[in-house]
Amino acid sequence: MTISRRDILKSLTMTAVGGSVLRVIPLEAAEYAHRMVNSEKAETQAYSPKYFSAHAYKTLQSLCNTIIPPDDDAKGAVEAGAPEFIDLLTSENSDYQLTLGGGLMWLDNTCIDRYEKPYLDCTSAQQKEILDLIAYRKNFKNDPGLGQGIEFFGFLRKLTADGFFTSEIGIEYLGYIGNTFVQDFPGCPPVPEK
Amino acid sequence: MQVRCTPKAFDVCIIGSGASGGTAAKVLTEGGLNVALLEAGPPIIPERDYKEHVWPYDLPHRGVGVGGHLRHQLNDEFMAPNGAWEIDGEPYVSAPGSKFLWFRSRIVGGRTNHWGRIALRMAPVDFKVRSHDGMGDDWPISYDDVAPYYDKVESYIGVFGTKENIPSAPDGMFLPPPKPRCTETIVKKTCDKLNIACIPSRLAILTKPHNGRAGCHYCGQCGRGCMTASNFSSSQVMIPPAEKTGRLTMITGAMARELIVGKDGKAAAVSYIDKATKEERRLNARVFIVAASACESARLLLNSRSTLFPDGLANSSGVVGRYLMDTVGTHCGGYFPQLERMPAHNHDGVGGMHMYLPWWKFDRKNDFLRGYHTEFGGGRGMPGVGDYDRLCDDFEGYGVSLKRECKKKYGTYIGFSGRGEMIPNENCYCEIDPSVVDQWGIPALRFHWKWGDNEIKMAKDMQETYREIVEAAGGIFIPSTREDADHPYGIADGGVIIHEIGTVRMGQHPSTSALNGYCQAHDVRNLFVTDGASFVTNADKNPTLTIMALTWRACDYLLDQSKKGNFGA
Repeated sequence: MTISRRDILKSLTMTAVGGSVLRVIPLEAAEYAHRMVNSEKAETQAYSPKYFSAHAYKTLQSLCNTIIPPDDDAKGAVEAGAPEFIDLLTSENSDYQLTLGGGLMWLDNTCIDRYEKPYLDCTSAQQKEILDLIAYRKNFKNDPGLGQGIEFFGFLRKLTADGFFTSEIGIEYLGYIGNTFVQDFPGCPPVPEK
Repeated sequence: MQVRCTPKAFDVCIIGSGASGGTAAKVLTEGGLNVALLEAGPPIIPERDYKEHVWPYDLPHRGVGVGGHLRHQLNDEFMAPNGAWEIDGEPYVSAPGSKFLWFRSRIVGGRTNHWGRIALRMAPVDFKVRSHDGMGDDWPISYDDVAPYYDKVESYIGVFGTKENIPSAPDGMFLPPPKPRCTETIVKKTCDKLNIACIPSRLAILTKPHNGRAGCHYCGQCGRGCMTASNFSSSQVMIPPAEKTGRLTMITGAMARELIVGKDGKAAAVSYIDKATKEERRLNARVFIVAASACESARLLLNSRSTLFPDGLANSSGVVGRYLMDTVGTHCGGYFPQLERMPAHNHDGVGGMHMYLPWWKFDRKNDFLRGYHTEFGGGRGMPGVGDYDRLCDDFEGYGVSLKRECKKKYGTYIGFSGRGEMIPNENCYCEIDPSVVDQWGIPALRFHWKWGDNEIKMAKDMQETYREIVEAAGGIFIPSTREDADHPYGIADGGVIIHEIGTVRMGQHPSTSALNGYCQAHDVRNLFVTDGASFVTNADKNPTLTIMALTWRACDYLLDQSKKGNFGA
């Protein structure tokens, strides 16, 4: 059994309260708790989708990987857990189900119509062609039939960014440093001029 | 139905445990009185309720809750419980043609759990506006009356800041300010160029150990609750010393329904619903302090009708519910390319701005009366869900280019929020709705709201100023997205800035005000209303510090009167 953050903080509070009028935890103790929590690693298990069918989920993973792929600097949205995050939220939200579930169906049907294959079975050139159509709102003017695809992709792009940039991988990639105990706030390092 | 009465009679019963109620509990118990403190919500328990130092990826929903429903909401999974726009079973109504949003807290400490800890003193002129520009009304008290209590509050709770000698922003008893963040150094430099004042902000956060509380550890997460109590909340700073006296009886889950008056015309008891049992109870006290938040306090008085007070308690003037004000608020932002070059570094700081713009055009003729201050912030904060919505819509596309664009733009945005003085007008008030009641049958409030021309002109000036700052800094201005007819210059709906005050105002004359300068009801001498309801004007200063100072002052007066035997044995 792992010790939860709450357990740690609770025990700290109990010991701290004895000698103090205020509900205050000594800084060192709180910092210790923070490090304990940080060292806890979430157990990783094979994920079984809560909402999407196996096929739809594979398509979702593929799209997430295309939207934010791994590159030389960092892993991508799939490694960061974006598909799991999106599946969880979608399983609980009927609007998401309509936009994403309906969007994935639209994508497969459109690919079958154009290339006689569902999205995942298309060649990478075909996949790029259809994504280049639905990744830009301006394409709606030329082909209003793309409306659902454009709306779907725009929403999925945001959720993929959410999933990636709120992950450990994404946060490290951005270079956010903080969420920690600092004795004295150092202020701004020199701002490079040009 | 049998109404259970609390056998013990208290010296004072306080209704509400927020900034005002907590302060009253501390001052009165330390002054030797036995106090009952009624709070409509549950206790707050730091080890259960605080979310400090949690990462988004520690939570399956990454902070946005079941179904992502907290995406872009004021409160997400990271925040300590602090209140809500809508509470199940406790409706309120906006009258046709009006829109007012009412943020309410139901928890010990009230909205101090939400408060941005911006602790600004009102200026001498803010108390005497009518004498100054002919609009609105003067307070019955002056800055000099309140200043010693600003001193007391600041000295006790701890506020950082700097002495600046700016007439619109009086100096206080300050702890040292934190060093500026990069975003703040850029705005400061630009403001210097434009002759706009930009000074260290004044927040109730400890930059060094103070009165037994640890100094800030600069995680930037005050809103999540602070385990070290380095920021101010009533529950962590005001209530504990009151409890220590042994003279405080805290009653949580107690929804006040009505104040009952005796034949002598004095408040005799409060009738409240015990939420756990849904039973009505009564609690007797010699003195009552209503501190339930401005509109909730007005509601309680208006619902306390009797033969002696047919229009509601302490309302012979008819002003209760009237003079409702919020703060003029508008928001916009800018992209600052120079921030792209910043090396990765810890930008968290305290849970709020390290610098701000006090009102600086007080000495010239403007297109509008009164003034505003400016809060700003941005930079390399902890990433959160929804942060990249705008970029995704603007950049479109996908792939490595999108990923790199997000990294490039991370931390390059600074938002500006104007916070200005609203002049009360006859279209803004709350009253008891004739038909809507809450789950306990207590009649609900109905709000009427309309911004005046002065407020719209002020919002325009804010937007223009922020554009000037952003562009002078070499940035790209991003105006408020809400510039439709209902929100000219992005002005926020009434109530949205959560500074609603004025509904039980103080004044010199019992015919035009409900309270005297000590927050004591003209009509009912053992009744005080000490929260924001008592304000005569809503200066561009966030009200909380003044609420605490007025409460402390009222309680000193109450203690003095009590010693003289003016409230009975």
